[in-house]
Amino acid sequence: MADEKLRVAMFWGAACGGCDVALLDIHEHILDVIEVADIIFWPCAMDFKFKDVEAMPDEHLDLTFYNGAIRNSENEHIAKLLRQKSKLMAAFGSCSHMGGIPGLGNFHDRKSIFETAYLNTKSTHNPDKVFPRTEFEVPEGKLTLPEIYDTVKTLNQTVPVDYFIPGCPPNPEQIWIVIQAVASGKLPPKGSTVGASDKALCDECPRKKTELKFKQFKRRHLVHPDPEVCFMEQGIVCLGAATRAGCGWRCIQSNMPCRGCYGPLPNARDQGAKMLTAIASHIDSEDPEEVERILDTLPDPAGYFYRFGLPLSLLHRRQRRNA
Amino acid sequence: MPKKIGVYICHCGSNIAGTVDVEAVAEFAKGLGGVTLAKDYKFMCSDPGQDMLKEDIRSSGLDGVVIAACSPLMHELTFRKAALEAGLNPFLVQIANIREQCSWVTEDRALATQKAKALVAGAVARALSHEPLEMRRVEVQPSALIVGGGIAGIQAALDLADAGVQVYMVEREPTIGGHMAMFDKTFPTLDCSACILTPKMTAVGSHPNIQLMAYSEVEEVSGYIGNFRVKVRRKAAYVDHDKCTGCGLCMEKCPYKVDSEFDQGLSKRRAIYVPFPQAVPNKPVIDRDACAYFKKGKCRVCEKVCEPGAIDFEQQDSIEEIETGAIIVSTGFQAMDMTAMPQLGYGKHAEVYSALEFERLNNAAGPTLGKIVTKDGREPTSVAILHCTGSRDENYHRYCSRVCCMYALKYAHLIKEKIPEAAVYQFYIDMRCFGKGYEEFYQRLQEEGVRFIRGKAAQVWSGKEYRAIATDDTGLEVDDAQLVVQAEDTLLGKLVRVPVDMIVLTPAFEARDDAEQVGKAFLLNRGADGFFLEQHPKLAPVSTTNDGVFIAGGCQGPKDIPDTVAQGSAAASKALSLITRREIEIEANTAYIDEELCSGCKNCLDICPYNAIDFDDEKNRAVLNEALCKACGTCAATCPSGAIRARHFADDQIFAEIEGVMSI
Repeated sequence: MADEKLRVAMFWGAACGGCDVALLDIHEHILDVIEVADIIFWPCAMDFKFKDVEAMPDEHLDLTFYNGAIRNSENEHIAKLLRQKSKLMAAFGSCSHMGGIPGLGNFHDRKSIFETAYLNTKSTHNPDKVFPRTEFEVPEGKLTLPEIYDTVKTLNQTVPVDYFIPGCPPNPEQIWIVIQAVASGKLPPKGSTVGASDKALCDECPRKKTELKFKQFKRRHLVHPDPEVCFMEQGIVCLGAATRAGCGWRCIQSNMPCRGCYGPLPNARDQGAKMLTAIASHIDSEDPEEVERILDTLPDPAGYFYRFGLPLSLLHRRQRRNA
Repeated sequence: MPKKIGVYICHCGSNIAGTVDVEAVAEFAKGLGGVTLAKDYKFMCSDPGQDMLKEDIRSSGLDGVVIAACSPLMHELTFRKAALEAGLNPFLVQIANIREQCSWVTEDRALATQKAKALVAGAVARALSHEPLEMRRVEVQPSALIVGGGIAGIQAALDLADAGVQVYMVEREPTIGGHMAMFDKTFPTLDCSACILTPKMTAVGSHPNIQLMAYSEVEEVSGYIGNFRVKVRRKAAYVDHDKCTGCGLCMEKCPYKVDSEFDQGLSKRRAIYVPFPQAVPNKPVIDRDACAYFKKGKCRVCEKVCEPGAIDFEQQDSIEEIETGAIIVSTGFQAMDMTAMPQLGYGKHAEVYSALEFERLNNAAGPTLGKIVTKDGREPTSVAILHCTGSRDENYHRYCSRVCCMYALKYAHLIKEKIPEAAVYQFYIDMRCFGKGYEEFYQRLQEEGVRFIRGKAAQVWSGKEYRAIATDDTGLEVDDAQLVVQAEDTLLGKLVRVPVDMIVLTPAFEARDDAEQVGKAFLLNRGADGFFLEQHPKLAPVSTTNDGVFIAGGCQGPKDIPDTVAQGSAAASKALSLITRREIEIEANTAYIDEELCSGCKNCLDICPYNAIDFDDEKNRAVLNEALCKACGTCAATCPSGAIRARHFADDQIFAEIEGVMSI
């Protein structure tokens, strides 16, 4: 290790904050991190201003962990700024890797989201139909807000990314492995996904599998699944077969099916489509009407199969109606 | 090392160059990444075209070739062979179909050129991701399965069996013979249908190389060219045919009668029956739906009279499995149900007959022993034969059924022969007498005094109906027993109404009702008309897109006996040329499983139609047996982790092609 400590930044874009917490979940290892790294910029945990970053020379930072999707002009601005100031840029967590939960906004557009949020929900009282604006004049001067975009993008769709650390949030053990790799300089080729396996979650899952046949899909919250048996065999769609392992199968252990946050396998371009074709192969009927009936027991398939990955997927977003 | 791709734009005479600016496409291709050279040429498939390709591969060291020309179904093999001769792996050749998918379907020259460029860009992008593959060799089972025992199947079976091939013939009915066995005389030679058919039927029944499976149906087909596995359901006949001597006593004594299918319902048969006396095999079956024992639990007369004790009411359907190298589908056609044209009165007026009914009526072995009489036993003094009933009619079938004109002439001749004074009318649109000796037969009939009315019959009334509606002053006198045909005589340009005693319809030839299921079982495509589709309408008339499966006879389209027999022989010769090769090369684009990526999720286990995938419990990995893989791609599509790759149709190759197409 070089004499000088690593200069590290962590920033959140469109995210829930869980990634920042996950970084803290490495527990006492955070002290080891301090041994080898200076945290230069981490708005969630410490007080920094954007102008501090703007003042840095280019490539001043050794590594930036960027969590969160690119949802608004601020996300984009800081992503570009940090890219300029960082030697290495890592997409940290599902949102920056694939678009994540905010990416589901791509099934809609800004206008319809605003109408729902600020007008149409039952609890909303907005008789003057006030919507968020990017600028507003007050006696003291002009107030500004970032502009919400129509389309959510991944970090890599905004700036070039060197490494991808999947997970919602990433498994702290995996985070620690990645940090050690950075500290020791033993990094895989750029563009790699790190902190995850190249095999699907089924590789690690201890549940018993015998035969896949769907006569009906069941929703997790309406059944008590047998904790020893593969979810799919119990009619509950589990994305484990189309999702990278590496998470430590935390959901599976809690008797919850995999929801796909670790993203597609190296040879799979579109995680949702892969899972959908796999499931389609196991519908237990030849009769088109019965197939239709069976599929109807699976509500919101697009949201289910693309829960974390819509912006990264081939679909990317719903077609714009007036485009 | 960067790949060197050669691109060739074929003019195909004016087929492509007439619509696509081939020079511009070649120029465009030169600018694509990875393209070393791009040329346009008049006929790439010609010898000089192929020689140019080979020369370029050798001299420029090409490691990928794109031929923008016709459909890969036409010439992919040609160019793969040429590449191989020049030392290039044949799987590094990619075809961009700029004829069927571009020049032939796009009128605007600018648009067609643009589309050709897109297709070429896609093909180049795909060629860049191609990898060399090795063909595999498999043995061919020295046997053939023939499905359908009409004259097409019979001809094919005898040709193959005589050549020493083991033949399995599956026939749904209790006897072989098909439609031809029902006919009386054949046009234009007027020789007796049974006299020329039955010796062939007998030959099938007794041939040491033919295993006849009558009263049986194909249940399931798996496997591939050279190695099909077929499950055949042997329907329970309730008669042990090994014990049965064919004495016929059971049929004499059976007290229950139903309409004879063979005689088109014009006579009765017993519940235990053979369809006709010369049936092959000549052993009876019990019709469950007609048998009193099966319906009411009483009777068993046949059992009592059967000396060898062959009746077996406990018999069950059984499944027999056969392995075969080639399959000939000769499942025939059906005649259109004429009640679909109520204006012609079929099923309503007793004296309106379908063609097959008339065949039986006229047949010496038929219900009237060949006497042409009305249902109440009168000899008709006038008969109208209506052409194109259901054919050449956009309300029913647009196509021509090809045989009706000729058998209509045959009927006219036979009526004139038996009742010389009878008036015979032919209501026709066009006379189509195109075969050998057909036109001469037509002329002969004109001399025999048959009246030809050029007009399609639009309406048939009974005498009573006609009198109720007739307001004209033609002075037409019609009695109750008569029928009236109305048509527009297009030569005279006026409406004609002709009273007759009997009407014969010429129902359109149709694809059988179960053609869709049969097509699915044998992976055959069907045309818009419903008949099975040949691989090429001119150059591969009995081959299909499912290698090793051939078609012959009426299932491919309406045709007469000579054409049917010719196709039967043609299919037999195609099957024979496959079987005598003993070993064939099959596609190398099998799937494989990347063990490093397989997570053992088991999604692929039950979906392989060829059972080529097993599971290694110890390693927790799926294992693919490439010898069994037929490259269908189902597993690769199913694999949710992308661990199964379909060679030559891998996701990255398909995406590359799509991106190439979309790039311009």
